[in-house]
Amino acid sequence: MKFGIQINEGPYNHEASVSALNFVRAALDAGHEIFRVFFYHDGVNNGTRYTTPPQDDINIVNSWSELAEKHNLDLVVCVAAAQRRGIVDEGEQERNGKDGNNIAPGFRISGLGQLIEAGIQSDRLVVFGD
Amino acid sequence: MSTLHTVNKSPFDRRALESCLRLATKGSAVLLFEDGVYGAMKGTEKSAIVEKALGDVSIYVLGADMKARGVDTSKLIDGIKVVDYKGFVDLTVENDKVNAWL
Repeated sequence: MKFGIQINEGPYNHEASVSALNFVRAALDAGHEIFRVFFYHDGVNNGTRYTTPPQDDINIVNSWSELAEKHNLDLVVCVAAAQRRGIVDEGEQERNGKDGNNIAPGFRISGLGQLIEAGIQSDRLVVFGD
Repeated sequence: MSTLHTVNKSPFDRRALESCLRLATKGSAVLLFEDGVYGAMKGTEKSAIVEKALGDVSIYVLGADMKARGVDTSKLIDGIKVVDYKGFVDLTVENDKVNAWL
């Protein structure tokens, strides 16, 4: 079965991002497909590579990047939510005249249409967060 | 057409669980996870609402989130079933839709 995942919380709001990670891992283990993970609202904070938690803490951003690489996941960050919160890729850096970018490996910035498409293309859309 | 309702907030914090149980149709499934697991405990001021709903809906609770909060299975309302993440995934497959009560 094909799953779309929506995450509305950052890595340090509550535990939505970790719950979603566990859900995605379990779904992949069971042989399901993850069509896309869409990071919305504060969820875009999962997509900055500058996150530096203590070494004995779980690194949620790296966990997503590693899972994306291993399973070729499509991790999409909402552009409007990202602009408000300072999540920037090369394209956004150039477009908005910023002095750098911080998008984490495996993530890309795009629009809400990507969430709508995930809702249409997936058999189930599962939402995590606030 | 059956729906899986997910509730991730404590019933002592928000009204999500009560709204969910009021509106969930007969035959629906409800999964309590994250702080939502507190809604699965017996002997609280919210227990009666949950016990009453069990006649019409199936209620599940995520074991990992119970354990993280020190909620033992002996504290659960009778009839609530404990699932792991694999069980969570299975519930989303068995039901036609997933509705998150955020």
